[in-house]
Amino acid sequence: MARNPDADNAPAPKAVKTSTIEFDADKAKSFKVVGSRPPRPDGMDKVTGRARFGADMVMPGQLVGLILRSPHPHAVIVSIDTTEAEALSGVKSVITRDDFAENADHHDVLCNIMAREKALYEGHAVAAVSATSKAVARKALKLIKIDYQILPHVTDVDLAMAPDAPLLHADMITSGVSPVPTKPSNVAGRSEFGHGDVEAGFAQADVIIERDFKTAATHQGYIEPHACVANVGADGMSELWCCTQGHFHVRQVCASLLGIDVSRLRVTASEIGGGFGGKTTVFIEPVALALSRKAGRPVKIAMSRDEVFKASGPTASSSMNVKIGVTKDGRITAGEGEFRYQGGAFAGAPADFGAMSAFACYALDNVKTVAYDVVTNRPKGAAYRAPGAPMSVYAVESVIAELAGEIGMDPIELRLKNAAREGTKSSYGPKFGSCGLVETLEAARDHPHYSAPLGPNQGRGVASGFWFNFGGETCSTLNINADGTVAIAVGTPDIGGSRAAMCIMAAEELGIPYERVRTIVADTSSLGYNDTTEGSRVTFSSGMAVIKASRKAVTEMCNRAAMIWDIPAEAVTWEDGHAKPSGANAGDFEPMSLAEIAASASKTGGPIAGHHEYNADGAGVSFGTHIVDTEVDPETGRVDILRYTVVQDAGKAIHPDYVEGQFQGGAVQGIGWALNEEYIYGEDGRLQNAGFLDYRMPVASDLPMIDTVIVEVPNPGHPYGVRGVGETGIVPPLAAIANAVSAASGVRLTELPMSPPRVLKAIDDAKVAAQ
Amino acid sequence: MSGIHVSTKINGDAVEFVCDVEETLLDVLRDKLGMTGSKEGCSSGDCGACSVTVDGRLTCSCLMLGAEAEGHDIGTIEGVAKGTQLHPIQQKILDHAALQCGVCTPGFVVAAKALLEKNPDPTETEVRFWLAGNLCRCTGYDKIIRAVMDAAAEMRGQ
Repeated sequence: MARNPDADNAPAPKAVKTSTIEFDADKAKSFKVVGSRPPRPDGMDKVTGRARFGADMVMPGQLVGLILRSPHPHAVIVSIDTTEAEALSGVKSVITRDDFAENADHHDVLCNIMAREKALYEGHAVAAVSATSKAVARKALKLIKIDYQILPHVTDVDLAMAPDAPLLHADMITSGVSPVPTKPSNVAGRSEFGHGDVEAGFAQADVIIERDFKTAATHQGYIEPHACVANVGADGMSELWCCTQGHFHVRQVCASLLGIDVSRLRVTASEIGGGFGGKTTVFIEPVALALSRKAGRPVKIAMSRDEVFKASGPTASSSMNVKIGVTKDGRITAGEGEFRYQGGAFAGAPADFGAMSAFACYALDNVKTVAYDVVTNRPKGAAYRAPGAPMSVYAVESVIAELAGEIGMDPIELRLKNAAREGTKSSYGPKFGSCGLVETLEAARDHPHYSAPLGPNQGRGVASGFWFNFGGETCSTLNINADGTVAIAVGTPDIGGSRAAMCIMAAEELGIPYERVRTIVADTSSLGYNDTTEGSRVTFSSGMAVIKASRKAVTEMCNRAAMIWDIPAEAVTWEDGHAKPSGANAGDFEPMSLAEIAASASKTGGPIAGHHEYNADGAGVSFGTHIVDTEVDPETGRVDILRYTVVQDAGKAIHPDYVEGQFQGGAVQGIGWALNEEYIYGEDGRLQNAGFLDYRMPVASDLPMIDTVIVEVPNPGHPYGVRGVGETGIVPPLAAIANAVSAASGVRLTELPMSPPRVLKAIDDAKVAAQ
Repeated sequence: MSGIHVSTKINGDAVEFVCDVEETLLDVLRDKLGMTGSKEGCSSGDCGACSVTVDGRLTCSCLMLGAEAEGHDIGTIEGVAKGTQLHPIQQKILDHAALQCGVCTPGFVVAAKALLEKNPDPTETEVRFWLAGNLCRCTGYDKIIRAVMDAAAEMRGQ
């Protein structure tokens, strides 16, 4: 799942060639390298400052590119005059939308990277310049004259759905509605999921709770702003260096927008300073390429933090209603929800993923969810770690906690009674295969954290969460070097230590030490197409490609040994990094090591390599359960996180350190979302907190240690049992913390973030109501 | 446009450069001197990715002008390891897997080193508050705090 929201108009291709290798239980019992914690191959560069990120590249003769952005949230662009900017000494190129041809395949991306007819949000790009220095480029931006005709704007999802709301796109007809609407609106699409009869289900319930919820938009908050260097030759041969989660996707979109063949654009993914979904996008890259093409020199664009907040990223804000019925003995009889998400100025809010994952933790006979994808005058949203799921699951898991309280049942017990398991028909359609929700719930229940005593004004919350996980198009090449070391090329940028995981898996297959394997992220001209690093897919998909490539290399090495020994290839087996004669020939020859076979490769047929390309299937769903203790200050409304435990199913942790890291990072992003982070808009439609001081992400002093428990229920679709682990960790925290705050304060909060003023008001309102 | 000539010391070496009046020390390090280990995350002093020391004092290089480096002793991430010998903080960050994307790591190394030079035996709370000026979005800080505590213990000979 979690396909790129930027791949907007392109229909998802049908998987034709898929392949999986099933889980090998015997092999899993005898892992030698898998499950160990060696140092990561890029670690030394990163602790010394040598690693090169997006903005660290310099090309000879490089110019500085800057982008002019709309100060208005919604305005007609009547005219753009760049004459004076072009005449300024030191300016080498100026571009507007007129420098790009219309593009049916990537229409929304084009309109987003460079506005023309209308500016749709504050920060929307309208022109760009390249110049010999930043100072000249800044001056040039000021010389561009734009005549705006200001229009009414809307930034709230419910207001944007109102019949009289300012309309962003005159041609937006809601999809998924029958009959087809005759008038345009801000609702891009409606979708519905579920099965059974919810009304009949509610009729069987002893207790029904229905609540409205809201969550604010948050930003992925990667520390590295988007940056790239583009270099277009006079013959159109182009190179692009950029920080991205998917350089093949960047190549595809940029080549299309520039009207050049894919083969003419070579994209190299730099080290990436965080992405979390926010760098599955294309923003500045085509702009830099167009500036470079016009200037005939390389152009670097690095976004400022202000630009990152105003013109990249954020996730959807939401407005939701959830209704759940339960019997006195804890059986959920029906669940229903409506999820309205705004995803900024273009279609693509992950409302459908929200609706699909909302009730995914439960085996329900009667469930119905409805999603609305709504546009507003905000920056075009991007994927953010399990896009869409944290909000809907927050709503559902908050009601589950309330229901548990109503019927006097332990909240983990209530979840266990209704938990999805192998064979459950999921709330969004497919039947679940082997999965680990029950195991995470049991591990949470049995964890010492769950029974630890609490003090005054303290409360404990629990929530579970789900993510689909994704496979996708993948290929990898493995070369056996003459000295017996191994070089692996993958096409999936490493955002959390995946190169280490690839080295571990190859070392396991080949039977050689981890240190003898090196993995790089290859550029787009060196390897076949790879889908973006998203959907928690890399260790699963690229990992399986590496395993298969390793096995092909092993087969070839056995062939070479057979040739040297002059015995049939079938009579050679591979054990512990050595070819060994087997069967009738067993013991006839000394085992030959990988290094020995590699050293003689030139005499036995030349270089030895393995390659595998496929469309990965069988990613295996992921579940987690979080426990959190909070203390609420009744005088200020401040919430402190006292203790936090993440329990999540990893299938198999290849490098447990980095699995724990994903759990911890996801949980802390969730803590920020729950307690502080929000996009704050003024009446003028402008973002009021576009900086790290006012957009308050968690810092070290806000947090305790984040405890982790890795549950391993093998994914049957992977030879080692791997499931993706990157995204699920951000799904439970919103509800877990809301449940803990409610337990600590005695007041149910239904709006995020639970910032001190909001918590204090809820406490004060409850006091007034009680009187 | 006339540049300002600056003589300073960076990681113990005498360095001269010419910068514009509005250029920050971070701009100079990255764009003029090719020292890109210091990162620009916000240019407002909120993220700490550009952390350096000025005469031993921890400073955001994005908040200081290049011209202000005149006559001072600047320490950057590039000077923390001695050749191939990592500083204990760098080694412990590797040992504890206390990085994911790694873009904040140079800032954390410089900041943590400044802490341990001032306070060789910090409590966990002291480490957390000292490093509150350095944002990390990947790790949730857990492994970073453990790495710094562990490095402190090792440097104390424990």
